Amino acid sequence: MMNYFPDEVLEHVFDFVTSHRDRNAVSLVCKLWYRVERFSRQRVFIGNCYAISPERLIDRFPGVKALTLKGKPHFADFNLVPQDWGGYVQPWIEALARSRIGLEELRLKRMVVSDESLDVLSRSFTNFKSLVLVSCEGFTTDGLEAIAANCRFLRELDLQENEIEEKKNLWLGCFPDSCTSLVSLNFACLKEINLVALERLVARNPNLKSLKLNRAVPLEALQRILMRAPQLVDLGTGSFVLDRDSDDSETYRKLRGTILKCRSIRNLSGFLEVAPRCLPAIYPICLNLTYLNLSYAAGIHGSELIKLIRLCGKLQRLWILDYIGDKGLEIVASTCKDLQELRVFPSDPFGAGHAAVTETGLVAISSGCPKLNSLLYFCQQMTNAALIAVAKNCPNFIRFRLCILDPTKPDPVTMQPLDEGFGAIVQSSKRLRRLSLSGLLTDRVFLYIGMYAEQLEMLSIAFAGESDKGMLYVLNGCKKLRKLEIRDSPFGDMALLRDVGKYETMRSLWMSSCDVTLGGCKTLAKQMPRLNVEIINENDQMEFAHEDSQKVEKMYLYRTLVGPRKDAPEFVWTLV
Amino acid sequence: MERSVNCGGNDLNLEATELRLGLPGSDEHEKQSSPSVRTSNKRASPEVAEESSSLSVSDARNGDQDSAPPAKAQVVGWPPIRSYRRNSFQQKKTEADGAGAGMYVKVSMDGAPYLRKVDLKVYKSYPELLKALESMFKLTIGEYSEREGYNVSEFVPTYEDKDGDWMLVGDVPWDMFISTCKRLRIMKGSEARGLGCL
Repeated sequence: MMNYFPDEVLEHVFDFVTSHRDRNAVSLVCKLWYRVERFSRQRVFIGNCYAISPERLIDRFPGVKALTLKGKPHFADFNLVPQDWGGYVQPWIEALARSRIGLEELRLKRMVVSDESLDVLSRSFTNFKSLVLVSCEGFTTDGLEAIAANCRFLRELDLQENEIEEKKNLWLGCFPDSCTSLVSLNFACLKEINLVALERLVARNPNLKSLKLNRAVPLEALQRILMRAPQLVDLGTGSFVLDRDSDDSETYRKLRGTILKCRSIRNLSGFLEVAPRCLPAIYPICLNLTYLNLSYAAGIHGSELIKLIRLCGKLQRLWILDYIGDKGLEIVASTCKDLQELRVFPSDPFGAGHAAVTETGLVAISSGCPKLNSLLYFCQQMTNAALIAVAKNCPNFIRFRLCILDPTKPDPVTMQPLDEGFGAIVQSSKRLRRLSLSGLLTDRVFLYIGMYAEQLEMLSIAFAGESDKGMLYVLNGCKKLRKLEIRDSPFGDMALLRDVGKYETMRSLWMSSCDVTLGGCKTLAKQMPRLNVEIINENDQMEFAHEDSQKVEKMYLYRTLVGPRKDAPEFVWTLV
Repeated sequence: MERSVNCGGNDLNLEATELRLGLPGSDEHEKQSSPSVRTSNKRASPEVAEESSSLSVSDARNGDQDSAPPAKAQVVGWPPIRSYRRNSFQQKKTEADGAGAGMYVKVSMDGAPYLRKVDLKVYKSYPELLKALESMFKLTIGEYSEREGYNVSEFVPTYEDKDGDWMLVGDVPWDMFISTCKRLRIMKGSEARGLGCL
């Protein structure tokens, strides 16, 4: 029946299908739908830049306007992937530029971006509107100058937690006077900024909704900026301290007055340095906040922190440091009844754990905030009883990441492994998509995961399990698994090779400091030509024995349609 | 090829379930169940903890009160925090560990058109600091004496402390000085002489 509809009708219908997965599904229905879908697709998501080539992307989706690319494996965040491993965006930008694709939005995560890439990007796409770089590296402020100067219709420049070499402090001044289209600007990860250029930029961009400053912006400047941008929805303060020589009370009074006019702020972050006596100025904003990120605000703690939290009755997402303590979490639980997402970061990751949280805080949260669906919790310890209670109180977890600072710590009350606790979580949260484990864990927890975690897509395992059975439970049971990353766990070739076809249904598998051998990896590579099985070998090449029985320190495998990558460095071997 | 036994390992790991009075984690059984130790492979990565036999942070607080706490055994990539966050945290820690009010302090000199900044951490003692100031402002300060302060020249180094008081540089031990000094001011002329000749 659908064959009698002209393509335009199909296209119009497909316009309403927006999620990547849904569009992927649509394209598989029949050849006609595949054709119509591919020409009308504007937004493409590529979760692994080595799974496909830019040429094939352009060939299939010539109308692509918005591209998301991810490079390095997740464990690169924790220094497990050496420098120069890969993830270069240059070939993508070059190919897109050559093909005259009308690129408007580019979002990169964990990729290596050079100044040259940014320069080519800025000059090749006239309608370029949005650049979002998350955890990227390889560029300097020179690259930012090119973006600022050349992207005439730029709406968004969002730099999240990148390593940027700061050369001259001129880039912000490179936005021409005609640039009035900015909606979102985030430079919190830089150390310096040109304040005069910043104030002028904010003044001439009345559509600015999201502004995240860095630590070089003091309170006086913040006040002036907020005067110009009372329409902000999303604010990241820089340093919340006054310049030594300024008149404290006058500035504070002005700040307070200005903030009262900012009625739209719903997301607040920053406070990279804080003068606590100025904090009351933001109290009026707290009442309407839905997202509060104090995870870099080491200067806000104790009673100041509590006072702030008590005002945030509408909070849905909260990111804080574990300074807050269990008692503080109890206050969050009684104040933030709409809380959906909580992230508690360690303030002292290698310390003796004085300012930490325990299972008590988490139970309190679960008890007071039943809508909780996303958790990242770094803590001193956890008990099975607590996890069971949390599972009962909050059956809606989509993301559950627990990190006990001592990674193999058992339940301190019973000295048991935490299998039962995590088992309760996966059993109760039927929509769980992401899970990170820690604490003392046997194969049993994996049995539970395989049995109950039907929607699980990403699993992170560290220092857990007893035998290959653990890994097998997961591979067999979790039908929707896409990303599996394992470190320091006793899983070997038997588990790796039991069901090699499984890996083509997944994006990637990472195993480091496990028991897989070179021989096992070679076997896998031989059997599965559409996987790239990469061994990262940081040892001196000469001394690595090349014996099949040798254990492999780091293995990263991923499905791909384009064979071994050509940009692999010397220490990465792609097995064939 | 000996390989380390993971926690749990192939044995029953009875010690994990043993009831003890000690703090959780502050025991020795973790030493033998350290999955981070790979005796089969060479450990070429320089980032790996020196005390590779101990993967537990809590091992470091073994209740030994006499010596200073040993360096925390750190496993690469644990706890799993993004490098960016880790670096920014460590930078804060260094700042906090340094001088209470920061290591870079403003230095003003009476009559000078603009201020300078010095990093107090760079100097190990008063003479070093004073020499640097003399060189920076092209003047002579001379030597400190407890009784007379600085009576050689017309310039006297003073600093503002945490309480907001202006103090003569040199009275307190160096370590105490850098933790309380918020800014420096080189006084000149009669005002200085008044201060210097207490």
